[in-house]
Amino acid sequence: MEDVKTDGVAMRDIEKHFGNVIALAGVSFDVRPGECHCLLGDNGAGKSTFIKTMSGVYKPSSGRMFVDGKEVIFNSPREAMAAGIATVYQDLAMIPLMSVTRNFFMGREPTKGWGPFKRFDAAKAAVVTIEEMRKMGINLRGPDQAVGTLSGGERQTVAISRAVYFGAKILILDEPTSALGVRQTSNVLATIDRVRKHGVGVVFITHNVRHALAVGDRFTVLNRGKTLGTAERGKISPEELQDMMAGGQELAELEGSLGGTV
Amino acid sequence: MSTGETAARDERIKEESFIARLMRRPELGAIAGVVLVTVFFLFTADSTMFTLAGFMNFMTPAAQLGILAIGAALLMIGGEFDLSVGSMVAFAGLFFGACVVTFGTPLVVAIPATLVFAAIVGSINGQIVLRTGLPSFIVTLAFLFILRGLSLVGLKWATGGSTQLRGVRDAVESDPLTQFFSGDAFEGLFRVFANWGLIDTFQNGVPKVQGIPVEILWFIALAIVATYVLLRTPVGNWIFASGGDANAASNSGVPVRRVKLSLFMLTAMCAAFVAILTVLDSGSTDARRGFQKEFEAIIAAVIGGCLLTGGYGSAIGAFFGAIIFGMVLIGLTYTDIDQDWYLVFLGGMLLVAVLFNNMIRRRVTGERD
Repeated sequence: MEDVKTDGVAMRDIEKHFGNVIALAGVSFDVRPGECHCLLGDNGAGKSTFIKTMSGVYKPSSGRMFVDGKEVIFNSPREAMAAGIATVYQDLAMIPLMSVTRNFFMGREPTKGWGPFKRFDAAKAAVVTIEEMRKMGINLRGPDQAVGTLSGGERQTVAISRAVYFGAKILILDEPTSALGVRQTSNVLATIDRVRKHGVGVVFITHNVRHALAVGDRFTVLNRGKTLGTAERGKISPEELQDMMAGGQELAELEGSLGGTV
Repeated sequence: MSTGETAARDERIKEESFIARLMRRPELGAIAGVVLVTVFFLFTADSTMFTLAGFMNFMTPAAQLGILAIGAALLMIGGEFDLSVGSMVAFAGLFFGACVVTFGTPLVVAIPATLVFAAIVGSINGQIVLRTGLPSFIVTLAFLFILRGLSLVGLKWATGGSTQLRGVRDAVESDPLTQFFSGDAFEGLFRVFANWGLIDTFQNGVPKVQGIPVEILWFIALAIVATYVLLRTPVGNWIFASGGDANAASNSGVPVRRVKLSLFMLTAMCAAFVAILTVLDSGSTDARRGFQKEFEAIIAAVIGGCLLTGGYGSAIGAFFGAIIFGMVLIGLTYTDIDQDWYLVFLGGMLLVAVLFNNMIRRRVTGERD
């Protein structure tokens, strides 16, 4: 197997076994800066295992991983984060009772002063948060507005812009649109588009073909721990993608009776 | 960005009125409570309650409770409870009394030793909670009884059968540190004020209030430090985050276990500090000291805006919550009202505070959850 010399993240022949269960059976995947690479798959396809391997939660049983052309082995999510790979999980790591500002800087508070007088730089945190949120199209009432008052889509956007602000070069989004309404979803998709234009590589996990086609540059379908191939934008139809995800046959039959609405 | 957008944003900030901003502060309820109680006693109590002497009278018990309540409030914001603080007051008092009377150590050793001892007991509480994942309510309830029992047994052992240990005052009389932990402060200043006729004096020219009881100063200092830490340091943000959602906090890099463990230790140290102040003041230590103080401390914290579920509250709220307690406890003696109404008030106040807090929380989160 050759080394991969491109920018971004490349995963080659990743396998992951849990005891005698083979969760991933040789998956290759890469994401380059400024592109949105959609990872599709039905429940149980191995999407979660795969992104947890990518973000350093699991160590692959075999296979190699490269970041910007250098081979890496992550022992913890912290190491992956240090390499610029950030993951926004479905629970978002947000605390509804706390303000947007305090959530934005949670665990990474800016300080001023030194020694015992080192203090939380609330003014700087407020300015940065308001500014970063405005870049994403959210006008906060004020820096102390609680996250609980934001909609699901807005919270998703806060989580994304937080990751980008703290230096994410590759952003893994774990089903960011799965629990959202139509308008909220289009807000999140717009956010993904914005982030991508800033040169961040996005791995967009979803099982909704329409959401994927709306922003994706490339599409990889995962089924039973294997990739069924990667397609580029414009070279695959929604129906083909849908079929690949469901493993072909059954859905095609179902779709006949549902009139192509799935 | 265009100026149009900036202007639009500013408008939205102004939309939120001063009242609306105030409503989001956790300590609002406690401040409103202080105002209400003050008005109540202005009408019902003897006017001497609101003289300088009366003020010191109700601030002293408020301070002793308040030091406990501020510790309890920080721990509650961090998402945990400590029901053992009342027993901890007795237990730490025993340790402190034994240091001073039985072993004759000077205060410069006895005070830090007592605080460290309390911190160790607090960390045992915390370790059990964090390692087993049991609710802190149950673990510290066990310690409520364990520590109270140990205090009784220990005191009998130290005194040869009594549950009181006397002779503290004789032991510390000449200690240079005593003045910082017992009696009044600024006595010279108060004599000067009396000479100028600024404060009331007895007929022989001695001021009626000889100074500020030191526990009040410690209480105010602790409230300021705790509020500063909560609102203006990274650690404060970690405390809110740990209580708000421990999992989310730790995924974001907050050292949740360390934060919670430190808070358990701090709460126990607050109890030990109250023990030191009261033992020095009364000159003795007693196994029944601090009885039911854990509940009063938690009630004061709840009146101060702390949610039982953690992640929200304030130290300055607990400060005012404790003052409400002191005012009612002492204020009733200035009225014709039966003292025992105090207990009725206690329960009523708790109920109102919890309902009020729930309303505030819904407002903060915009009822979207």
